[in-house]
Amino acid sequence: MDFLKRFFSRNSSKDTAKKRLKLVLIHDRTDISPEILEKLREDIIKVINKYMEIDTSNIEMDLDRENGSVALVANIPILKVKRIKQERD
Amino acid sequence: MDSRVIVITSGKGGVGKTTTTANLSVGLAKAGFRVVAIDADIGLRNLDLIMGLENRVVYNFIDIIEGNCRLQQALVRDKRVENLFLLPAAQTRTKDAVSPEQMVTLCEELRKEFDFVLIDCPAGIEGGFRNAVIGADEALVVTTPEVSAVRDADRIIGMLESMNKSPIRLIINRVRPNMVKEGEMLDVDDVLDVLAVKLIGVIPDDDSVIKSANSGEPLTFGSKSPASQAFSNIASRLVGVDVPLMDLNANEQSGFFAGLKKIFRI
Repeated sequence: MDFLKRFFSRNSSKDTAKKRLKLVLIHDRTDISPEILEKLREDIIKVINKYMEIDTSNIEMDLDRENGSVALVANIPILKVKRIKQERD
Repeated sequence: MDSRVIVITSGKGGVGKTTTTANLSVGLAKAGFRVVAIDADIGLRNLDLIMGLENRVVYNFIDIIEGNCRLQQALVRDKRVENLFLLPAAQTRTKDAVSPEQMVTLCEELRKEFDFVLIDCPAGIEGGFRNAVIGADEALVVTTPEVSAVRDADRIIGMLESMNKSPIRLIINRVRPNMVKEGEMLDVDDVLDVLAVKLIGVIPDDDSVIKSANSGEPLTFGSKSPASQAFSNIASRLVGVDVPLMDLNANEQSGFFAGLKKIFRI
């Protein structure tokens, strides 16, 4: 039964743990609150959406720490680049 | 060989700093190095107990700092292996009894006598942590695959980086292969992905650790248990020997065939 359960539900507690950890660490490392980060995420999606179609369900945003500095790293899968008519001035 | 001062730290309490310090000290001494283990947890001394040397403590490192005794008098020699010494913490004092400068001086003194100075750091990020870390060149961060321990480890790694400790390497303690297999425990890759730090070893959750603490006999003295093997491997990696990570599933007693075996009592 256990094996069937695992087969059908892919959501194990470690995935939840990892997701929660990643979020809380972004907050810990930068002092940016989760709400602000969520807003930032929405804004980034909005801006990019103007130019290309993106897979919003698979966006990964992460803060990498290297040699004392922190970098915002986003992985945003592009589905299609939109053809934008050049606006005339 | 140049002397190396290594702090064993974690942020969160109870993840295995003292056990790690004791086992690595014994492992390195058995490999022929001159080793001193310092208990920097002033007021909450425990390394003496875990190493089985509690009855032989006379002076402690506050006594050296305050000039009540010479360095050599405070060092407790372990009779079970050559070249292993313990420098106990004071039990009846608080962490304010030492200044960072005094700690640096003490480490420099010990450097002259030993190949390895291992410092068992207190939990927390206050003065006691800073004192334990300040004299060290490199750091071993101990964590367990639990969210609270990993979060605290991240905080500590950030602090160690800003204090220019290098290398900073991670030990993941108390991994339970069965839970990992079921997806109910963060695995090694998950922890490394979150923390972005170099790994130096993984220690399986093992009853033998508690038994060895009960008897005051660190595992690396000769136990054949998985945890003992894992600690010995880390000691080897510390001196640059390339030992592959242990297969944590090797000793597993579960799964379909083990279940069958149990039924038929093979």
